Amino acid sequence: MKHALFIFTGVALLCACGEKPQNLGVSTKDDSAYSGTGKSFSESGWKSGDKASWESHLKARGQNTQNEYTKTN
Amino acid sequence: MARMKFVCDAERCIECNGCVTACKNEHEVPWGVNRRRVVTLNDGVPGEKSISVACMHCSDAPCMAVCPVNCFYRTDEGVVLHDKDVCIGCGYCSYACPFGAPQFPSLGSFGVRGKMDKCTFCAGGPEANGSQAEFEKYGRNRLAEGKLPVCAEMCSTKALIAGDGDMVADIFRNRVVKRGKGAEVWGWGTAYGSKPAGQPAVVAPEGAKS
Repeated sequence: MKHALFIFTGVALLCACGEKPQNLGVSTKDDSAYSGTGKSFSESGWKSGDKASWESHLKARGQNTQNEYTKTN
Repeated sequence: MARMKFVCDAERCIECNGCVTACKNEHEVPWGVNRRRVVTLNDGVPGEKSISVACMHCSDAPCMAVCPVNCFYRTDEGVVLHDKDVCIGCGYCSYACPFGAPQFPSLGSFGVRGKMDKCTFCAGGPEANGSQAEFEKYGRNRLAEGKLPVCAEMCSTKALIAGDGDMVADIFRNRVVKRGKGAEVWGWGTAYGSKPAGQPAVVAPEGAKS
């Protein structure tokens, strides 16, 4: 019994001695913006996962909201 | 491929700080951290100029070059982002940045510098798009929602323009042609020019053949 307790305590103490990986570098698993969020806040008018439709939607939005010359002149 | 860029039209900026407020509200940025701010040159003097300043997402970003733990990365859209799980808060990026973009929240009694925070071009971070974890660390991911950065979309005079570089340049060029002045774009050359951002131009030694 005493022997088993000694082994158990030793194992429990050594558990804290494990080393976590410390690799240098950044995670590159970031999702593309055009893949969307799947949330209801998203704008309509483009299809999630379709890069071309996302790009054309953003270009149209940029022109509509930032270029008043297209509306006034 | 879209290359996201910012332009601030100094002829239009009225120093209303709407962009600053919109950014802080959208991303719930904590006290002491300003991802965007408005700088006024010759304040109080007739002809003063105001510019809205944040991370410009440089083509050759000096923050990426100096980071000792390589926490920065660039998205396919040219947005410079960083991973807060990797950042150690050393502050090298804030010394390297020509725009003063990197911000550090003060934590604890002794003002211990926390992990770096900066403008994300409303593109979030490495966590899943639109997730709670992403929001808590980096704020809203508006690009993934099909929207442009809130600072530019909220700008009342449309001084701040954001989006694909070609579109932004096209809008600004059109303005300059119509008004016939104010062609200077503050920060454009530094951020998107051919030489590294924030570095002096390389001068060829005397006698060297070009």
